[in-house]
Amino acid sequence: MKKAIVILMLAVFGYFLAITFLDPQFEAERNRDGVKKFYLDKTVSELKTANTVTAIVVNFRGFDTLGEVTVLFLAATALGSILFKKRHHIGDRTVLLPASAIVGSGAKLIFPAITLLGVYVFVHGHLTPGGGFQGGTIIATGFLLMLIAYRDFSISHNILSVIESLAGIGFVTFGLLGFMNGGTFLQNFLGTGVLNDLLSGGVIPIIYILVGFKVAAELTGLIYTVLHEKG
Amino acid sequence: MDTTELIRIGVYGTSILLILIGLYAVLTKRSLIKIIIGLSIIDGGIHLLLIGIGYIKDGTAPIFSPGSENAVARMVDPVPQALVLTAIVIGFGVTAVALSLVIRLYRHHNTLKIDEIKNLKW
Repeated sequence: MKKAIVILMLAVFGYFLAITFLDPQFEAERNRDGVKKFYLDKTVSELKTANTVTAIVVNFRGFDTLGEVTVLFLAATALGSILFKKRHHIGDRTVLLPASAIVGSGAKLIFPAITLLGVYVFVHGHLTPGGGFQGGTIIATGFLLMLIAYRDFSISHNILSVIESLAGIGFVTFGLLGFMNGGTFLQNFLGTGVLNDLLSGGVIPIIYILVGFKVAAELTGLIYTVLHEKG
Repeated sequence: MDTTELIRIGVYGTSILLILIGLYAVLTKRSLIKIIIGLSIIDGGIHLLLIGIGYIKDGTAPIFSPGSENAVARMVDPVPQALVLTAIVIGFGVTAVALSLVIRLYRHHNTLKIDEIKNLKW
């Protein structure tokens, strides 16, 4: 009975969603050159950044990205405080099982390659698909592999917080430097260089590298907290 | 009906279907983990929908490579892609916090079934 009501409700909801998005008028509206053309033109002519999505995320909507990084930080903090436990409450049940020798050796072999790939992705964030968030996540998966393969692999929470804080402070500092040199927060104040060069785009690659470090540290800390949860 | 039209209807249809499947899971399932999986499926559907809105006929990625500076007219809309990048990160944060709350609830009640957690009733 309850399921029938839910299905009926979802059918009505789905019908309205479908007629909104499959409407030819919506299609015509969508194809007009609007803010899209503005961003595509400005990215090439002013910022000299090859990847338009990176230019939007870090420069045009850079303040939004600062907020986004803060949300990620808050999620990591909330997770840590929800799962916080006094030392004498810790039991010995754990989710970590002993891994076989194959997993262990494979993880050791592949971990540097994963880290290198992550660094490549966030260093080239302004040229190729990818960027700070993606590269940081790749590095965190490398640490996840090591944590699964070696039960006693430990990461210092202090080092992680130092990396995270320095990256966050660096982001805000570059924003404020833009304030002093150009007039607005996160203004591009360095030389923009030549399109498709590694050193192009002014502050965009620097900020995205900082975001990469921050995301990698946050996600690694998050994974570490959850995997070492004992009950 | 040409191929582009079919692709468009397919993308919108799939994403709306994913949103509805996720909502169904959230509304009818009893296990907290399944409810969180439902939330993630809604997330995926919304991301697909947003990316689909940005698609144009024969579109290419909004990335300039040497010699393609004049391809602006064929590039897909970069704005939804940037927004989806934000949405994925926020969705990740929401899922992480929800899972930590579930861990806490499980530790307290030793069950994941929402009917058996009596404190939720009022």
